[in-house]
Amino acid sequence: MIDALLAARLQMAVSLGFHILFAVAGMAMPCLMVLAEWRHQQTGDPVYRELSHRWAKGTAILFAVGAISGTVLSFELGLLWPRFMEFAGPLIGMPFSLEGLAFFLEAIALGVYLYGWDRVSPRAHLLSGIVVAVSGAASGVLVIAVNSFMNTPRGFTLGSQGEIVSADLWEAFFTPAFPTQASHMLISAYVSVGFAVLGIHAARLRRAPGNPFHAAAVRLVLPLLLIATPLQIVSGDFSAKHLAEYQPAKLAAAESLWETTRGAPLLVGGIPVDGGRDVILGLHIPKGLSLLAHADPDAEVTGLADIPEDQRPPVLIVHLAFQLMVGCGFAMLGLVGYGLWLRWRKHTLEDHRGFLTAAACAGPLGLIAVEAGWVVTEVGRQPWIIFGVMRVRDAVTPMPGLHVSFWASVAVYLFLGSVVALLLYRHVVSVPLGAGTAQASQGGGVEP
Amino acid sequence: VNVWAEVLWLALGAGVVLYALTGGPDLGAGVWNLLASGPRKAAQREALQHALAPIWEANHVWLIFVIVVMFSAFPRAFAVISIALHVPIALALLGIVLRGAAFAFHAYGIHTDRTRRRWSRVFSASSIATPVLLGNVAAALGTGDIRVAGGQVTTGFLAGWTTPFAWLVGAFTLALFATLAAVYLCAEAEDPALRDDFRTRALAAEIVTGVMAWTVVWRSSVEAPELYATLMRSTWSWSAQAATAGLALTTIQLLWVRRPRLARYACALQAALVVTGWGLAMDHHFVLPDVSVMDAVTYAPALPAFAITFGIAALVLVPAFGYLLRVFKLEKHRH
Repeated sequence: MIDALLAARLQMAVSLGFHILFAVAGMAMPCLMVLAEWRHQQTGDPVYRELSHRWAKGTAILFAVGAISGTVLSFELGLLWPRFMEFAGPLIGMPFSLEGLAFFLEAIALGVYLYGWDRVSPRAHLLSGIVVAVSGAASGVLVIAVNSFMNTPRGFTLGSQGEIVSADLWEAFFTPAFPTQASHMLISAYVSVGFAVLGIHAARLRRAPGNPFHAAAVRLVLPLLLIATPLQIVSGDFSAKHLAEYQPAKLAAAESLWETTRGAPLLVGGIPVDGGRDVILGLHIPKGLSLLAHADPDAEVTGLADIPEDQRPPVLIVHLAFQLMVGCGFAMLGLVGYGLWLRWRKHTLEDHRGFLTAAACAGPLGLIAVEAGWVVTEVGRQPWIIFGVMRVRDAVTPMPGLHVSFWASVAVYLFLGSVVALLLYRHVVSVPLGAGTAQASQGGGVEP
Repeated sequence: VNVWAEVLWLALGAGVVLYALTGGPDLGAGVWNLLASGPRKAAQREALQHALAPIWEANHVWLIFVIVVMFSAFPRAFAVISIALHVPIALALLGIVLRGAAFAFHAYGIHTDRTRRRWSRVFSASSIATPVLLGNVAAALGTGDIRVAGGQVTTGFLAGWTTPFAWLVGAFTLALFATLAAVYLCAEAEDPALRDDFRTRALAAEIVTGVMAWTVVWRSSVEAPELYATLMRSTWSWSAQAATAGLALTTIQLLWVRRPRLARYACALQAALVVTGWGLAMDHHFVLPDVSVMDAVTYAPALPAFAITFGIAALVLVPAFGYLLRVFKLEKHRH
């Protein structure tokens, strides 16, 4: 039996952990499907048309499930955290409203895109796809504005009863965490979904060398990853510097730094023990953390010892998640480097078995990094729901029996997740091996 | 009286009406999926799947709109309702999840007959349960069973929604949504035989809805006295009720003379009036009698910004939504 607060937190974690996968897909997949359609209009090559149909179908399934899990979240904010919403509703209402608008536009444009192949002109069709891609990205960024507010709350003053006596909605909208968090999340969507798509098609290409459908998919997604992956590493560096300034407890937990230190070392790997007072099995890079956090090898980095005990996040979880995220990020950067090197040696990547094997293995890395990064930012904010303002335990609903809805949500999400995986396999992945495009074109949409 | 609070209260009401007119029939379609029968059983199911496919996600967004307006502008109401009605809301949510999933999986389906049938059953069951629970929640807000003192719910987690009256309102909501679904499907069906199937269903459903409407009003005199008092003493109320009844009869008449596309508008207007009448009877309250519109506001100076944002949003959304409906719902008949 778990207590009510833990049950509520776990239910939120499961809901968000599930939704975030579909959210990144809703941000990045439309971009890929539009790219494929655009290539088709440019080249007339039917394989790109087939690809855009297939990807559109994948987008439709993922978007539908994302729309559902997103609705669940908007209700859960009230069902699980009514006191948080009662307090913060007006302050986060603006980004949420605009997010709703962006989501609405995305739903409408996607309806036109999916079912309008023969109803609107090719130009209007491509345009509707672009609207899907842009509004998908916008809705992701706007939700991050809310999360940024929770991390670095700004734009209000409190009265004696803890009520809001004055507020600046724009300041609450664009808080200090917003630029780094929004860019890191946005790029992560393209990287993670790009790698997942690359992984799937690379795996199929290994089994059916030369399949034009999968080869075209690999060719389309590679340039995107070449741009986005290094950018994400840079964005991660900005995030570390932001944390050092605004959320030192989170950074200290992520790096398991106990004493406030000048010239702090960067910890790679390792398992924090005794609440972060000690680390076993880690590799310390001298002055690395000071360099990362302040761009100065001798700068002082705040340690957990200087954070009041009842305000320290759980170090073990945050540190391991952080290591996992960074590890996945650099592994993906390594694969991009490997691809560049092969290209420089005049290899064709979509025929290169070694590259395809590596790409297939790297498929899940981006999504794992997204989950891990989200754990870092959410668990790293504990025990606060609004950093420094409201604790999670003060926000939770008085409703008894929350463990029931927690286990119910676990069951529902496990079930939905496995059905989605099966559907995606049937619709997007399983093109008859070695087949051309003619056979496959009954895939998605309606033929004009 | 805060003008901006009133404006946002109206916007919220408009969101509920739009959800009832668009998302409502999507839910009501579950009834006709379940009751599909006769020689065109499969065709009926296919027609309603086909009608839902391009629009159900966009329709659904009206519900999210309502939620967002509520927690932005009226956060105390959002908190109180989320606590007092946690159970029916959570169950309705489960229904929304299952029906959305069932629909998506059915549409992008795994094409063995057995799995299709199973998803179809999940779709029907969850589509039917959801409006009953939503009606339940709506009823609970008006009966006076939920009490709030100092921002805290004092009546526990079962008040309001477990009464026979709440279930009656739930059943009425389902009947209303099913009527809308049948009328819309009748208007959209291209095959004359199929159109007749939905016409019969629409007529039957409209009559059931009418009987239930009167039962709800009659029972509310005992079960929701404050709501009923507002209904009886206002002049608007009598004219609204007369107009609703008139539109119901017009819908029946138009269906009878086989003018389903006009009937669609009459029926939509009828449903809009039902929801509006309920909203007016709530007499500027989220929860009768303790949470009024102004009680629900925690920070009034933010209200103009929300009103303006939602206004701008409407300027973008209404044409976009209109375009969607035009492409998929109105142009069809010109082929």
